[in-house]
Amino acid sequence: MSVLRNARKLIVARAIAGNRHFAVRYLPGFSTIAVLCFVLLYAPIVALVIYSFNSGTNIALWEGFSLHWYTVAWENELVQEVTFRSLIVASMAAVTSTMLATMAALGTTRTGDYRGRMLIYATINQPLMVPEIVTGVALLIFFAIVKAFTGYHGLAYLIAAHTAFCIPFAYLPIRARLEGMDSSLETAAQDLYATPVKTFWRITLPLMWPGILAGFMLAFVISLDDVVITELVKSAGQDTLPTYMLGQLRRGITPEVNAISSALLGISILLVSLFFVLRNR
Amino acid sequence: MLSVSNVYQSCKLSDPVCSRQIAVEIQCATKVFESRTSSVTALDNVSLEIQQNEFFTLLGPSGCGKTTLLRLIAGFEHPSDGQIRLYGEDITFWPPYQRPVNTVFQNYALFPHMTVRQNISFGLEMLKRSKAEISKTVAEVLNLVRMEELAERRVSDISGGQQQRVALARALAPQPKVLLLDESLSALDYKLRQDMQIELKRLQHETGITFVFVTHDQEEALTMSDRMAVMNVGKILQVGTPGEIYNFPKQRFVAEFIGDSNFLEGYVVARSSSRAKVELSPTYCADLPADDAVQPGTRVSVAVRPEQATLTSATTAAALQGRVSNMVYFGTHTHYVIKLENGDLFTVHQQNLSGHEIEYEPGHAVGVTLNQSTMQILKD
Ligand SMILES: Nc1ncnc2c1ncn2[C@@H]1O[C@H](COP(=O)(O)OP(=O)(O)OP(=O)(O)O)[C@@H](O)[C@H]1O
Ligand SMILES: [Mg+2]
Repeated sequence: MSVLRNARKLIVARAIAGNRHFAVRYLPGFSTIAVLCFVLLYAPIVALVIYSFNSGTNIALWEGFSLHWYTVAWENELVQEVTFRSLIVASMAAVTSTMLATMAALGTTRTGDYRGRMLIYATINQPLMVPEIVTGVALLIFFAIVKAFTGYHGLAYLIAAHTAFCIPFAYLPIRARLEGMDSSLETAAQDLYATPVKTFWRITLPLMWPGILAGFMLAFVISLDDVVITELVKSAGQDTLPTYMLGQLRRGITPEVNAISSALLGISILLVSLFFVLRNR
Repeated sequence: MLSVSNVYQSCKLSDPVCSRQIAVEIQCATKVFESRTSSVTALDNVSLEIQQNEFFTLLGPSGCGKTTLLRLIAGFEHPSDGQIRLYGEDITFWPPYQRPVNTVFQNYALFPHMTVRQNISFGLEMLKRSKAEISKTVAEVLNLVRMEELAERRVSDISGGQQQRVALARALAPQPKVLLLDESLSALDYKLRQDMQIELKRLQHETGITFVFVTHDQEEALTMSDRMAVMNVGKILQVGTPGEIYNFPKQRFVAEFIGDSNFLEGYVVARSSSRAKVELSPTYCADLPADDAVQPGTRVSVAVRPEQATLTSATTAAALQGRVSNMVYFGTHTHYVIKLENGDLFTVHQQNLSGHEIEYEPGHAVGVTLNQSTMQILKD
C-alpha cells in the first residue's frame, strides 16, 4: 500500500512539474535497468491478480481458473460492510477536502502578491512532508481528548482525519489548473459587466472544473487505500477495507484477499487514468 | 448591411446638430505601482480629453504607460492621484463592471469554454437584456464583423484573425460609450493587419462609438487616428491630429519617434512677439514661430523633415552647404545623406517628379534649401 502511495505521490509531483525530456535512454544499460525495474514493480501485482482467479484455497498453487474467490468476497457480509464504510469515508473526505482545497487554491492564486504567501503554500503542502505515522499518532491523541469531552465515537473522526491528509492532494491539481488559467479572462468578464460573483460562477468555476474533478479523484483514491492513519484513528468496529484486509492477512492468507486487492487495484487504476484524462483536457 | 443606426444611436462626425462632447476626460492622473521592493511611476500627472466619436490613438514606446492609461479608463486599475470622467461623470473609483466602457484585449481573452455566439452575448446577458434583444443584437454585431457562419464554433477552433473579430464583436455588442483597444492588431500578420485597420475604421464610422486605440506603431497611428497623443515615460508629450503631430512636433522626442527628422542646432539672434530669428549657419537665418521660452542669445534645436529640404547644385545661395556622402535610389524619391560643413549629417528625401532630376553623386558639393514654413523649434 505504501509503495502504491509513494508511486502516486511521484505521479502527482510529475504531473505538476511537467515532463522534462533529456536523452537518458542513450546511457549504457538503460534498457536493462528499466526492464528490471518494471519487472520488480509489476511482477508481484501481476501474480496477485493472476492468483485471484485461482480456484483452489492455496495461494501458491495454481488449480485452475475460476471467479470463485470474487463471489466469496462479494457475498462476505463483513467485506460488504467495510467496503461500504470505506466508500462513505472516501467520498465524504474527498468532497470536503476538494471544497477546502478549491478555496485554498483560489486564495493562493487569485489574490495578488502578499506577505506570507510562500508560508501558506508550505502550510497547505505540509501533510505531504510529515510522516504519516506522526500525523496518525497526533490525531490519535488529539481525538482521544475530544472523545473524552464529547463522548462522541462516530465515523466523523475518521472522515475528518482523511479530509485533512487529502487536502494537499486535492490542492495540487486545482492550483496547477488555476495557475495555467489566464487571469485576463476574469478581467474580461468584469469588463463585460459581470460582478465578481457572476465572474466566479460563469468563468472561473467552469474553467477550473477539470482541476477540481482531478483533485477530487486523487483525494478519493488516496483516502480509499489509507491504512496507517485509519488504523490509529478508527474506533472499534470501524474497519475500512484496507484495515480489514490487514487484519485478515494476520490470520492467514486466502485468495479472497487477492480478489479484493485486485478489485481495489482496478478501481484505483480507473480513477487515476480518469485523473490524467481530465488533466490533459 | 443591417441598419446599424437602430442599434447605435450616436451622432456622426458630420452631424451639425450634435456639437462634440468630451467623452473621456483624464485630469492630472498619476499611477504609481508600489511593490515591496520598488515603486514605478507608470503615469505622471497625465491630463487628456478625448472627444465623442473620435478615433483617438495613444502612441509611444514600450513601457511608456499606454496600457496603464487604458486600464485606468476601463477600471482595472485606480489612479494614485487625479480623476477620470466619462461624459462629465466622475468614474475614478467605479468598478469595471459598472462602466459603459469595453475593452478589446491584446491577447483577445476570449472565453475558451464558450462558442463565438456565447462570447458575444456574454456582456448583454450580464446587463440582463431580454432574450429577443440579445439574439437580435448578436446577429447584428456578427454581421458587422462578418462572422455569421462561425457563430456556433468554439473560439479555440477559429483562426487568429477570426478571434480578433470575435473579441471586437464581443466588446461592441453591449454598445459601450467608449471602446478601448490595446495593441489589438499587433499579433496579426501584415496583410491581415491592413485589412483589420480598414475594418476598424469602418466599424468606428458605422457605430459612432469613441475608440481609444493603443499602438507603438507610428504608421498605424498616423493612418488611423482622428487625433493622437504621443507618450513617453509616463507623460503625454503632445496631442493633435496626425498632421499636426507629424508636421509640427513640439518636442525632440516626438520628432524623432514619428518619421525621420534632421535636427539643426541654432542660435537665437532676435525675437518679435510670436517669432524668433534663429541662425542655423553663418549664411542662413530662419524666421520661425516661437513661444515665450525661446529667448535671444540661447541655443535651440530645429527639426527639419527630410522631404522638406531640397538639394541644389548652387552652393552659395542655399541655407546649408555640404557634400553628398551617400545616395540611395527608391524610385519615387532618392535619399541623400549630406555631410554638412560643421560635420553633422543631414538627410534629404528628394522627390523624383520628372524623371530627369540631376543626380548628385557622392562627393559632390551641394547646397541644401530649407522650407521654412515646416520647420519647428523644439523643446528638449
Ligand atoms: N502591475 C504592475 N506592477 C508594477 N509595475 C507595472 C505594472 N503594470 C505596469 N507596470 C510598469 O508601468 C510602466 C508602464 O507599463 P505599461 O504596461 O502601461 O506600458 P505600455 O506603454 O503599455 O508598454 P507596451 O507597449 O510594452 O505594452 C512599465 O514600466 C511597467 O513596468
Ligand atoms: Mg501595453
